[in-house]
Amino acid sequence: MTAVARPGALVAGAESAGHALELRGLSKRYGGFTAVDAVSLRVERGQFLTLLGPSGSGKTTILMMIAGFVAPGEGAVLLDGRDITALPPERRDFGMVFQGYALFPHMTVAENVAFPLRVRRLGRAAREEKVRAALDLVQLSGFADRRPSQLSGGQQQRVALARALVFDPDLLLLDEPLSALDRKLRAELQEELKALHRRIGRTFVSVTHDQEEALSLSDQVAILNHGRLVQLGPPEALYERPRTRFVAGFLGHSNFLRGTVREVAAAGSVVQAGGTRLLQRDEPGPPGATVLLSLRPEKIALLAEGEGAENAVAGSIAAWAYLGAGYSLSVATCDLGVLHVALPAWRAPIAPREGLPVRLGWSAEAAVPVLEDADAA
Amino acid sequence: MPRDAAVLPAAAAPRPGLALPREAGWWLLLLPAFLLMTALYVAPILQVLAISFTEPTPGLGNYERLFTAAGVQRVIGTTLRICAVTTVVALVLGYALAYVIALASPRARRWWLLGVLLPLWISVLVRAFAWVTLLRRQGLVNEGLLAAGLIEEPLKLVWNEFGIVVGMVHYMVPYAVLPMLAAMREIDPRLLAAARGLGASRLTVFGRVFLPLSMPGLVAAGVLVFIVSLGFYITPAILGGGKTLMAAEWIKLQILDLVRWGMGAMLASVLVVTILATLAIFARVVDLRRLFGGGH
Ligand SMILES: Nc1ncnc2c1ncn2[C@@H]1O[C@H](COP(=O)(O)OP(=O)(O)OP(=O)(O)O)[C@@H](O)[C@H]1O
Ligand SMILES: [Mg+2]
Repeated sequence: MTAVARPGALVAGAESAGHALELRGLSKRYGGFTAVDAVSLRVERGQFLTLLGPSGSGKTTILMMIAGFVAPGEGAVLLDGRDITALPPERRDFGMVFQGYALFPHMTVAENVAFPLRVRRLGRAAREEKVRAALDLVQLSGFADRRPSQLSGGQQQRVALARALVFDPDLLLLDEPLSALDRKLRAELQEELKALHRRIGRTFVSVTHDQEEALSLSDQVAILNHGRLVQLGPPEALYERPRTRFVAGFLGHSNFLRGTVREVAAAGSVVQAGGTRLLQRDEPGPPGATVLLSLRPEKIALLAEGEGAENAVAGSIAAWAYLGAGYSLSVATCDLGVLHVALPAWRAPIAPREGLPVRLGWSAEAAVPVLEDADAA
Repeated sequence: MPRDAAVLPAAAAPRPGLALPREAGWWLLLLPAFLLMTALYVAPILQVLAISFTEPTPGLGNYERLFTAAGVQRVIGTTLRICAVTTVVALVLGYALAYVIALASPRARRWWLLGVLLPLWISVLVRAFAWVTLLRRQGLVNEGLLAAGLIEEPLKLVWNEFGIVVGMVHYMVPYAVLPMLAAMREIDPRLLAAARGLGASRLTVFGRVFLPLSMPGLVAAGVLVFIVSLGFYITPAILGGGKTLMAAEWIKLQILDLVRWGMGAMLASVLVVTILATLAIFARVVDLRRLFGGGH
């Protein structure tokens, strides 16, 4: 499935194909409701940016403003530094894959892919050549004469992709490109999409509410909530160093520990959480400050008898589940409440059982301080 | 499916004592309606058909007149011409209206629909006379144009084919709007946005995406309007002023005034056959719909 088709016309000149996109203070209001609130960000040439957020966070609205279908209330959209806010969608030269694909049902696959070329009045020979190359690129060469209704969901998605790429667009916009597909196909197409992006080197902007998709595909992820940009960065940075409680909870799972900074030293800081003193390598705040720490379940280890750790708490298993690759444990502690622990099955020193007393440990780097969402605003 | 097939032989075997299978009950319920339809609808048509072959003398004499009598040919020509023009004009106006309604906000759409459907509740007689008052020599239109200095003398707007077409178009536009609106409402608006996003101007989006996708509705509306137009009687009688004869009025003339039953029945039969033939062709054309919208 991931085998690369022969390089077609689309791949040629890939290095020069990317364009940089910039959003400056983009806002959109519907009546009194603010759907998008002063969003500013920059996508460099050839990068893959994903807008990620819960339902209603304004992802589609931002994408539609980039595409030109929705006029921003305030702010500007810039392509390579040129203001294109007032340009109608058909003059922007952006490829777009719509949610649900929006293939033309009265045209064959080849006619669908040829559509952007036809409206650009490209000659017949050149058109056919480009359509062939685009269909090769998405590995649908044998399907040119079918109607969209005769294709599977994954094939339709690839036709939509071919149609969006065939005219060498400045920018490729994707609105939930994989959400209509089942899990396995989605994983396959994620890989294909990523390979395609690398191969043609164009700038992609994608929208999703699937965090896994966002993490696996993107160079940059923009996390949105209530129309606001909460954090922008590479997937690893967002996951490892979430800025707010929302980001930590939305990207993956997280335990939250609240405490007060007791001392700050070169070796680390001490945070007092209930009766437990937590060691933090970084400096979560000045002494006396109340801080919130995010601790990922997979960074907590189950300590063996007599084993030590920089941070350790005792508790008992309140609930557990076997997930194939590992166990998910809920451990009730007296100071820190219930902590969720993700344990790889091969590293579980015990067979989990409800009520079993355990000791949990994690390093001084494991937890990261995050802001309460209200403070971040 | 296989389960049904397995059950079938058992069910089909006649059970002693119970003469009728269960479904027969439903058919019995439908029987009175069926008999009524046959008695009031099919039988008279068959009788008309019979008369067309037997009056005044048995044979194909009446149908021969289709090819020999200039009067009959003129009536058929006039009917086809007026119906064709009516259909085209009603389709163009109806399409524009349906387009506006389909793209309107839900609130505005309700008002538009009400406006389109309102004329249907007004008697066709009233509407025909209303057009006469508007279009006659001293009518509002001529007076207005004269007053504006646009014309020197009153235009002949009524008691001719023009008047008939105006009246018929007015009657037929709602019938044209409804099937087209239904087809347009089925078009996914994202397709139109997608087309623009791919570089098509508004005009191209209309020509290459919207129009082809609304074509089934256009065809349906065309057939409906044409068929209904063929049978128009009151509107042409009033707005044609007896000078322009269409099929229905000519048939009435033959039967009631000239008592030439055979000729009247012949043209009536031709009309029925034409309508059935149009419908048969149409039934093939609607299959396009499957082809287009099969994906959803
Ligand atoms: N045309 C509109 N009129 C009024 N409100 C709108 C309109 N379009 C979007 N909204 C509102 O703006 C907010 C953001 O919508 P948007 O479609 O951008 O969300 P989203 O992040 O794409 O959500 P989802 O993941 O469900 O697709 C929503 O609360 C929505 O109700
Ligand atoms: Mg959306």
